[in-house]
Amino acid sequence: MAGKAKNGAGEPAGANQPFLYRHYDHKTLRDALRKMYLIRQFEEGAEESYMRGLIHGTMHLSIGQEASAVGICLGLSDDDQITSTHRGHGHSIAKGAEVSRMFAEFFGKTTGYCRGRGGSMHIADVSKGNLGANGIVGGGIPIAVGAALTAKKLKTGRVVVSFFGDGANNEGAFHEALNMAAIWKLPVVFVCENNGYGMSTSVARATAVANIADRAAAYAMPGVIVDGNSVADVAEAAHEAIERARRGDGPTLIECKTYRYRGHSKSDRNRYRTKEEIEEWMSERDPIEHFEEELVAFGIIDAAGIEAIREDVRREIAAGIAFAKESPMPEVANLEKYVYTEQA
Amino acid sequence: MDAMVETAVRELSYAQAIQEAMAIAMERDERVFLMGEDIGVYGGAFQVTGDLVERFGTERVMDTPISELGGAGVAVGAAVTGLRPIFEFQFSDFATLGMEQIVNQAAKMRYMLGGAVSVPVVMRFPAGSGTGAAAQHSQSLEAWLGHVPGLKVIQPATPHDAKGMLLAAVEDPDPVMIFEHKLLYKMKGPVPEGYYTVPIGKAEIRRAGSDLTIVATSIMVHKALEAAQTLAGEGIDAEVIDLRTVRPMDRRTVIESVRKTSRLMCVYEGVKTLGVGAEVSAMIAESEAFDYLDAPIVRLGGAETPIPYNPELEKATVPQVDGIVRAARELATGAR
Repeated sequence: MAGKAKNGAGEPAGANQPFLYRHYDHKTLRDALRKMYLIRQFEEGAEESYMRGLIHGTMHLSIGQEASAVGICLGLSDDDQITSTHRGHGHSIAKGAEVSRMFAEFFGKTTGYCRGRGGSMHIADVSKGNLGANGIVGGGIPIAVGAALTAKKLKTGRVVVSFFGDGANNEGAFHEALNMAAIWKLPVVFVCENNGYGMSTSVARATAVANIADRAAAYAMPGVIVDGNSVADVAEAAHEAIERARRGDGPTLIECKTYRYRGHSKSDRNRYRTKEEIEEWMSERDPIEHFEEELVAFGIIDAAGIEAIREDVRREIAAGIAFAKESPMPEVANLEKYVYTEQA
Repeated sequence: MDAMVETAVRELSYAQAIQEAMAIAMERDERVFLMGEDIGVYGGAFQVTGDLVERFGTERVMDTPISELGGAGVAVGAAVTGLRPIFEFQFSDFATLGMEQIVNQAAKMRYMLGGAVSVPVVMRFPAGSGTGAAAQHSQSLEAWLGHVPGLKVIQPATPHDAKGMLLAAVEDPDPVMIFEHKLLYKMKGPVPEGYYTVPIGKAEIRRAGSDLTIVATSIMVHKALEAAQTLAGEGIDAEVIDLRTVRPMDRRTVIESVRKTSRLMCVYEGVKTLGVGAEVSAMIAESEAFDYLDAPIVRLGGAETPIPYNPELEKATVPQVDGIVRAARELATGAR
């Protein structure tokens, strides 16, 4: 669990500051910034490795969307659980995964989170409560509701967060799952990362309502819209929704309005949006720059501190790639291992 | 059989046997619970759950909305996080609505995650024709799911096996799909009291014979046994194997039988093309038993048509006893 600001701890917690800065201590906030760098540099490292032919297949990068992953997971403990998406690297890192084992998975190695069987689209770290990315749009949403049913039945006190994109809100699974979570009052938070496009199709062309959060009304749960590029806004909405879920008051739908800088996947020719649109988001609404500015303004970090974290993250990324390269390949003889559970 | 064992065995219907198995599973393990459409006060569309809700309450006999995809996904999510759900599809045909969660999630999760999780979910599918419910409520889709690595697919044919295999399925760490023929629900047979399991992946020789092997599944086991009785009157001695499990298939029992009888017939209700009998036939053609065959393999399966409503047409869609007798006679005597 992230550290809470304590009264008299010598850290400024002005009444006028946003919730995030009142609620969490400075170290937790600096760690959150570090996680954002880690996500971005991980994906840049993965992209470069792909370009150099070290990784095959495809990948879906979340560069530009780091604030929602980090802001939501700030409110979760290691014991809480998430389900993630095909664009799930950020969720995985925000929930505590090691980049070395993630790189190893991308490289198809036995030391990867899925022992080389899953790749980018199936990264999971069950020990940290990440039940897995998912290759099927909307596939993780009912699974999150099932995990929340377990939490309720076994009274574990866990909360489950289901991440999904704007595309998933037009899948039947989204509607069926939200309805069941609501009628059974389950401890789950639905987080829609609306980056404006389901592959190439804009939300305006694909979705009948103006905001995806509007759909919460159909399932009698709160629907909250936040600036998905602001850690502070995301974290505040997440905190409220997570507390509500933990109290037994049921689910919330949070819509994080955000943007992905890269294409949908490696096949994207970027014919459906303008360079100007992309440039505007990158130059004026970057979530990391925005968070850095706030931290500096509130005296939580300075330029030297920022550079030190960046450098530390660079080292971690380089070490992670080296670990992945050096790790062993799976043996073909073990091809069918893990299809079924080995029984004595 | 000694007296003690005899008193412990009663006649139960197939549906009662399943209900008893679910009750025992819930008594033995707090993690076990039931989910499905109208399985509570209604008792299930085929009264399989019956009055279990009165005994175990609505928390453990959970009515779901009519949401097969979401419901199946909730069962998968509950299974992967520590519960043991038994999910009832109201009709096996509705598997089509839940296929995403069954095929992409339940079956593959353990593999995709490199063994990090197991998915101990049980799904029950009332299947088959003969009730006049026409094309969307009468299908036999076990071969669809049998095609998916990661799933186990079973078709118990007797009340005894329905109970024992369901209890084995609940104990199993992997997803088990149970296809229950709707016409079997009222069939009675001896069922021991208390807890016992019947292994998944093991076929059963229901009638030993020397002239031909009939591999049958589900309700076709009973039709094959009836046919075998008629054939016996003509001096033809048929061996009838109840396959019981579609995946993983018990190859050994079938291969050894065919080596003995040198003739193979497969009888199954699912559509003949690419059905369970197609797999059994191909498996024998690839095995050492091939050299022992004295005649081409014969398959009797469902017609290449949706199940029709009219009762005469419906009967003509799936193998019947007289058809099995005729085909077996031709196979055994070489009159083809």
